[in-house]
Amino acid sequence: MTDTQTLSGRKPGGALARWFSMLWADKFAFFAALFLLLALLCALFGPLLLEAVATKQNLRGRNAPPFDLARGWIYILGADALGRPLLARIVVAAQNTMLVAGAAVLASSLVGGTLGLVAGYSRRSASQWIMRLGDVIMSFPSLLLAVIVLYMLEPSVANIVLVLAVTRIPIYLRTTRAEVLEVRERMFVQAATVMGASHRRIVFRHILPVILPTLVTIATLDFAFVMLAESSLSFLGIGIQAPEITWGLMVSQGRPYLTNAWWLSFWPGLAIILTTLSLNLLSNWMRIALDPTQRWRLEMGGRRNG
Amino acid sequence: MKFSLGRSGMKSFIGKRAIASGVSLVGLVVLVFFLSRLTGDPTDLYLPLDASVEMREQFRQMHGFNDPLIVQFGRYVADLVQLDFGHSLRQARPAMEVVLEAFSWTFRLAVITMSCVTVAAIVIGSLAAFRVGGIFDRIATFFSLIGASAPDFWLAIVAIVIFAVNLHWLPTSGTGTALHWILPVSVLFIRPFGLILQVVRGSMINVLSSAYVKTARAKGVRTPRIIFVHGLRNAMLPVITVIGDQAAAILNGAVVVETVFGFPGIGKLMIDSILLRDFAVVLAVIMVSALAIFLMNLLIDLAYALLDPRIRY
Repeated sequence: MTDTQTLSGRKPGGALARWFSMLWADKFAFFAALFLLLALLCALFGPLLLEAVATKQNLRGRNAPPFDLARGWIYILGADALGRPLLARIVVAAQNTMLVAGAAVLASSLVGGTLGLVAGYSRRSASQWIMRLGDVIMSFPSLLLAVIVLYMLEPSVANIVLVLAVTRIPIYLRTTRAEVLEVRERMFVQAATVMGASHRRIVFRHILPVILPTLVTIATLDFAFVMLAESSLSFLGIGIQAPEITWGLMVSQGRPYLTNAWWLSFWPGLAIILTTLSLNLLSNWMRIALDPTQRWRLEMGGRRNG
Repeated sequence: MKFSLGRSGMKSFIGKRAIASGVSLVGLVVLVFFLSRLTGDPTDLYLPLDASVEMREQFRQMHGFNDPLIVQFGRYVADLVQLDFGHSLRQARPAMEVVLEAFSWTFRLAVITMSCVTVAAIVIGSLAAFRVGGIFDRIATFFSLIGASAPDFWLAIVAIVIFAVNLHWLPTSGTGTALHWILPVSVLFIRPFGLILQVVRGSMINVLSSAYVKTARAKGVRTPRIIFVHGLRNAMLPVITVIGDQAAAILNGAVVVETVFGFPGIGKLMIDSILLRDFAVVLAVIMVSALAIFLMNLLIDLAYALLDPRIRY
């Protein structure tokens, strides 16, 4: 107890400084967070700054090789089949890639989490129906869903988000329900019931805060998964459609030129790997940082502990 | 941990599971039958652009696309009861024949890949867990994280560029010789390997810190024996669950990898059939995959009981 007090007393910057020092304690997570911040900045401001450069065709520079500064620094990663600089395109594509994954994760975690709370807390038949619904969604082939949505509604970023969000609902649904079933039986929830708290108060004030860290950790991992799923769909031609652009679509667009211009597919793929890797590392850190019984490992500023 | 049903017996356990899976499969088939028709009429995809109106009409008449959906569904169910799964529009063969052929390819792919993954992940994961935080552990953890993060289509493309295009060691795609299997198996290997390695390591760390392992160590049992005999058996339960999930993912069709490598498996069949509105094949794929995954889950539950005698069904 005294240990934590002196430690937090030494850093008077408040909660923010404490989180920062916990992040600094895990160097992998620190650089992961740094990279994600960079990707986020690209997503926010990239299209504003580089949209014009990224769409300007330059047929002389078709498939220009990387690491050649003759055309300027923007061509450092080479150019695509229409002579558009790859670096600028990757930065611009970050927006759609992040937007699709972020929106899908947000939507599926909100819907899945809410349904999971209901299914776990209510003892009525509604919870059975919710679980069966989850089973059917889980076994429905997501490729078919993507094609159905693509043909029924017009291909757009919003519809891809819809497909991805629907397919990921069961993950949150099952996790939330399992956690609620366990937390519901704990002493403090029973105490709240005995003291006459309303259902809403019990769910939102007593149960939700306990399961929120788990949900946040899953959402981080799922962000990576959804990003890969969107890339796969775009790669197969049933996801984002040109002229919209994402990293997955860029990999797919580079495929015909594989034999003579490997860089077309390589760089966007690398961007995907680095982002998912960062998310995995960060969620590992989060699992420790959000768990009050494990947090000391980071607060002591010690080495990485699995 | 799985629930135990006392000694009510294996038979009733399998029966209950079969009924539950059967009910959700029926729901799924109905849903897919009606939703897949929303993607449009296949007529235009199969007839040439300049086909006359009569030809189109004849095509629809022949395959029954003119009848109301509910009539088509009734006909499908009536055929299904006689184990007739309909005809493939694309290949003009019985749909089930097409699907089973593709499934045998995917099944072999899944078995080979998952055997390699299981052996490698268990050996490396156990060794990593033996010295937590050691150099071997850190390297293994880091590489398994990278493996779990890489998109498989990108890995497939990079592997083709390196090993097929530049080095000319392996064929780019197709099947035929044993060499054709190396690239698809290696690409499919990477992600499950990363995930299972993490689970083996975590589970093994728990087991190795338990009292009976300390006893074994105190009485002088040799280290490899402690890890692979004392530890592994108890660490295997969560590992088997993840192995099952990953094997199911491949059996369901490794769509991207099969597409990139031109592998005639069930994933490639699925995407081709969806894109070409080959409805009978899509439905047959769903049913075959469901059956395969049902059988595999049963096998996994048997493995639980085998490893831990306390578990009964």
